[in-house]
Amino acid sequence: MNKTYTSRYEMRVQQAYETHKQSGEPTYILGIETSCDETSASVVRDGKEVLSNVIASQADIHKRFGGVVPEVASRRHVENITLTIEEALEVAGKTLDDIHAIAVTYGPGLVGALLVGVAAAKAISLARGIPLIGVHHIAGHIYANRLVEEMNFPLIALVVSGGHTELVWMKEHGHFEILGETRDDAAGEAYDKVARALQMPYPGGPHIDRLAHEGVPNVPLPRSWLEPGSYDFSFSGLKSAVLNTLHNAAQRGESIEPANLAASFQDSVTEVLVEKTLRAVREHGAKQVLLAGGVAANRGLRERLQNRCQTEGIPLVIPPFTLCTDNAAMIAAAGFIKYEKGQFAALDLNGVPGLSLSDH
Amino acid sequence: MRVLAIDTSNLVLSVAIVDEERVLAEMTTNQQKNHSIRLMDCIAELMDATGTTPEQLSGLGVAKGPGSYTGVRIGVATAKSMAWSLNLPAVGVSSLQVVAMNAVGFPGLIVPLFDARRGQVYSGAYRTEGMESVILQEKEQIILLQDWLPLLREQAKGDPILFLGEDVSLHRQAIAEGLREQARFATPAHNHPRAAHIGYLALRQLQDGGNPHELVPEYLQLAEAEAKWLAQKQEGSAKE
Ligand SMILES: [Zn+2]
Repeated sequence: MNKTYTSRYEMRVQQAYETHKQSGEPTYILGIETSCDETSASVVRDGKEVLSNVIASQADIHKRFGGVVPEVASRRHVENITLTIEEALEVAGKTLDDIHAIAVTYGPGLVGALLVGVAAAKAISLARGIPLIGVHHIAGHIYANRLVEEMNFPLIALVVSGGHTELVWMKEHGHFEILGETRDDAAGEAYDKVARALQMPYPGGPHIDRLAHEGVPNVPLPRSWLEPGSYDFSFSGLKSAVLNTLHNAAQRGESIEPANLAASFQDSVTEVLVEKTLRAVREHGAKQVLLAGGVAANRGLRERLQNRCQTEGIPLVIPPFTLCTDNAAMIAAAGFIKYEKGQFAALDLNGVPGLSLSDH
Repeated sequence: MRVLAIDTSNLVLSVAIVDEERVLAEMTTNQQKNHSIRLMDCIAELMDATGTTPEQLSGLGVAKGPGSYTGVRIGVATAKSMAWSLNLPAVGVSSLQVVAMNAVGFPGLIVPLFDARRGQVYSGAYRTEGMESVILQEKEQIILLQDWLPLLREQAKGDPILFLGEDVSLHRQAIAEGLREQARFATPAHNHPRAAHIGYLALRQLQDGGNPHELVPEYLQLAEAEAKWLAQKQEGSAKE
């Protein structure tokens, strides 16, 4: 549909962009992220330097439910959103007058949660005539790395979190090609489910990781390589194998050392993740490997990937923990690439729960 | 004072710009529930049409619920963020009261209602206060319609009871059976919320300010998971 008129807003945004581009001044982007259970806002300079990264975590609230409850998360977001944004500006020592663009996560994620951030970003954009940028959540996770070290293309990014397991090839800024993704559970999800079977509290990932370091991987568990050449992942079979092992042992009246089971599970997950990543590196001639997402905090995964990258002689970047879990600095960092290209979103930007990275 | 008023709390999308003297513009559609996509363009269009720049606004009013949880949040998040970014006050008004305003002047009980599924409704009872406002007679709540009707009959003290809202048609038969000739129904033009009413309800409150950070939805019920968790906790402490 052709628009019949250009709104005052659109003219204002275009003018602000051109004026700033001509000035050659640094770019300050306000990032907003509400795709799951963290309300986060951040100010980032030139896509690289974090001036603030405020995260209002709801983890304690959702713990009691044994997982993130979308409706509860959305309610907290709307209560926290402006306070979080205000704090991000204060910590950065900036006001909205200094901000050149607002970058917001518009998918994938929980739709009700996404909508709060998107509504807030659009409202501020319209009120203040600041350009609006829609950011894909996974692009954000990948660009968290740029807050630590400059990207070196082509590169392979392994994104692992409670909601995602993706192997992404990037030949340049803003280009994302998904080589493989999970066909069932995300890696983080499998961790949480296995942790529940071992009667550990939610979220169970960190508990499994800790326990795995106390055990020996001596319980035989499958490796899910899928068909030859595939970069996809599948963890539900492994999760079932763990549950079966526990179940069968209980029936025989035997007990399995939980630490050994955790170590074996972790071994299976990380072996598949790391080997597929390195195969992708070889096949695509990558110059760098990025690890991203909340599960990047997992010691077992970090160590294995570090070792393998070292033997292969390929540089690996792993952001610090606060930049691995959901945060708005990574959204602002990814938004900066779109800002440079003048790729702005219109006021009809919507939350898209199943947003694909290639549409980004 | 120029006030921007927003309602996205139910199926209807309504936006208005008002000042003390007149309604400068109002847009109301009763089509699809794609408020997230349409709301901001709608606001931008009304602002352009009335030559209103964001800096010319002196406050915002929004229907804060009850209604669709997501719809309510889109409106509230938009209003509070816009107000905060412009350093303006923002206030929430009841989505039910907005509909009740359609019948200001009605001599009897005014009962706006929204369907809340499983035989329940979000509702409250109002009486007219001159031609300027309606005042609450029986508090807004989520209640089984069959429990609500006897309460209303008591409150009405023999006066007629007027039911308003897009969802009244779903319950019309039950209402008519329960209240007989005491029940009144209006034309569709009285059923949909109009943001201009929000503008005037907000104008009164905005005199006393309104911190955008503190503006939150009124859902009238806990999230299901929270309600279950609280019930379990109470059960647990009762056993101890
Ligand atoms: Zn994430």
